[in-house]
Amino acid sequence: MEKKKKRLVIRTIILAVLVLAIGYTVYGTATKDKVELLAVGSKAPDFTLVDLNGEKHKLSDYKGQGVFLNFWGTWCKPCEKEMPAMDRQYKVFKDQGVQTLAVNIAQTDFEVQSFVDRYELTFPVVIDKTKSVMTTYNVGNLPATLLIDPDGKVAKIITGEMTEGKIASYMELVKPK
Amino acid sequence: MENIICACGHSNPYGTKLCEKCGRPLTEEGKQTKVVDMRYDGTAIRSKTYNTTIVDKIWNFFSNVKVGIALIIITLVSASIGTILPQAIYVNAPEPSKAEYYEKVYGVLGKLYNNLGLSHLYNTWWFQILVGMLAISIIVASLDRGLPLHKSLKNQRVKRHESFMKRQRIVAEGQASNPDETLDKVEQKMTELKYHVRRDGSALLAERGRFARYGPYINHVGLIIFLAGVMLRLVPGFYVDETIWIREGETRAIPGMDGYFIKNNKFILETHGNKPQDEQMNQGVNAMAKNYQTDITLYKQPDGSLPGDIDNLEKLRDYSIRVNHPLKENGFALYQMNYRLNELRQMNFNLVNKATEEDSLGQIKIDLTNPKKEYDLGNGSSVQILIYTPDFDGFKDGEPQTKTSIPNNPAFLFRMTTPETPKGEVSFVEIKKPPLEPLGENKYRMKFAGAEMRNSSNFTIRKDITIPILFVGGIIFMIGVVIGSYWNHRRLWLQVEPDGRVLMAAHVNKNMFSMKKDLDKVTTFAGLPPYEDQLEKSEDVKKSTMEKEGDNTL
Repeated sequence: MEKKKKRLVIRTIILAVLVLAIGYTVYGTATKDKVELLAVGSKAPDFTLVDLNGEKHKLSDYKGQGVFLNFWGTWCKPCEKEMPAMDRQYKVFKDQGVQTLAVNIAQTDFEVQSFVDRYELTFPVVIDKTKSVMTTYNVGNLPATLLIDPDGKVAKIITGEMTEGKIASYMELVKPK
Repeated sequence: MENIICACGHSNPYGTKLCEKCGRPLTEEGKQTKVVDMRYDGTAIRSKTYNTTIVDKIWNFFSNVKVGIALIIITLVSASIGTILPQAIYVNAPEPSKAEYYEKVYGVLGKLYNNLGLSHLYNTWWFQILVGMLAISIIVASLDRGLPLHKSLKNQRVKRHESFMKRQRIVAEGQASNPDETLDKVEQKMTELKYHVRRDGSALLAERGRFARYGPYINHVGLIIFLAGVMLRLVPGFYVDETIWIREGETRAIPGMDGYFIKNNKFILETHGNKPQDEQMNQGVNAMAKNYQTDITLYKQPDGSLPGDIDNLEKLRDYSIRVNHPLKENGFALYQMNYRLNELRQMNFNLVNKATEEDSLGQIKIDLTNPKKEYDLGNGSSVQILIYTPDFDGFKDGEPQTKTSIPNNPAFLFRMTTPETPKGEVSFVEIKKPPLEPLGENKYRMKFAGAEMRNSSNFTIRKDITIPILFVGGIIFMIGVVIGSYWNHRRLWLQVEPDGRVLMAAHVNKNMFSMKKDLDKVTTFAGLPPYEDQLEKSEDVKKSTMEKEGDNTL
């Protein structure tokens, strides 16, 4: 009886390992081609970038605050549309502990500065000159927005354009309690 | 599921065909036949022994060789279906229009092929599950057969029962005048023939090439390692296949290689200088390329740096990436894959009086990677860039729009200030178009005065640490095939009964000819009774040899 029990356990383990391996393979292949940002709930990778005024912005410096992290480019029409709304909401939420950080993808200072001046944006705009942060965050299409909670974890990922109402609700989401 | 007690008193597990100790046939079928089935040396195939829980039922399903063969056939057939038309990843069409491509090039068949998902067959869930089930079948069937076989071969007894001896394919019986001398002589000859000889009283077992029985199992181990290697490609860190475009002068983070940066210093394209002749020109033959090369500098962030921190990049080395000469670093390789020539990098304009044209008030050089707000020409003149659009795409609400961030079609809104026009004149300048003057007629204009171009290189970044695993798996697989094919397991049993009768039997798992050659030698040398091949003389020779020969390899 003892032997029989042992055999059953070994068989179950072997089959379970093999089934898990197959499951992993199928799942891995199915999700391989999708442009995946980070997983919700995982820690947002820290980074440091310089804004138009030469000031360094380090993500971990905003610990304890919510961060509205937006990847954008001047040529991207939906980005252009949502920027003024973002700025208005930034002004509402910045005193409630929600920081907004816009990461431009490797454009020239001139283009970014003209854009900021034209829309009179007040939140910090940093430029990812080497696409290093973009690569780390696995950003594919623009705009891409990540909501980072006060603990530094990714609370939500939005790809595509957002309405002003949505922007407000997202900022509310990561507001420190 | 009770154990079977043999006549010799040994208790055998359920399903055993030949007693583990003495070799007596235990099944009715075995007792009837003239030559016993020596597959797995008559041990119980494990799956047949327990069949109670659901786990056992699944296990037994995969242990079944017929199921295994069915899986192999289904896998082969579906894999070959995937080769009827090219797979989508090899189709030369942009991603969104691949479906149309199939329909356009292959008609209705192509459309159906693509719609059924056969255009990416090897990535479908069902194909992967099929291969996975095949792997389960290989593992389970091998465990069920290989382990008992190994045990049985390891614990072989020298002395076997007469009924076992008589049911071997090769048998001989006779009288021995001097049993001890016969046994000694057989031992001497068989040792000479590189057999491993064991004796137990008046019994002798000579054995050679036992490891050949393990060939199929070694082969299966190799196959499983290979499949595991393929699977590991999906595990993060084992396999990287990324791509990157870099323009000359740019520094970029290398995707997939955290902390590494690459700068494109120069792209070089050399041709053989052959001038395409008339007919070649018609057919679109270009000058033959001799060399594609990108001179790069590789940088690395200091340990512990954050993404985006490029202040303290450490230069690792300069290198020229050429075709077949990738940049290798830390298990990664960067290959030269593609290039793009002549993207605008700098544009020069002269500030001229429209009336005189020739008199320039000075030239501005606009670096498109870093345009400045204002260019002072001295002499009281200056040019301001109010708007710059790298890829101008028309106006919307009076604002010039850009399609991309790439300078395919740069356009500028300039404000020109000269001593003659201190308030400034505004002019919108686009390539090869007359300037637009939105605020009225200007006296001055920006006259295009040449441009500088730059090239871009495309690299793929690859890392594949599964390749050694695939190699090891492949080599083990081949070793198994060779062992199983070129060696065979030969055994000779000889025993002298108390009444002076000499009994001999021989078994080989394949290649009976090799065994007979050895038998001829030992028979002559030791004066043994002549042997007979029980299958050769029986009436159904052909039928049973055909069945048995193939079966006995395991």
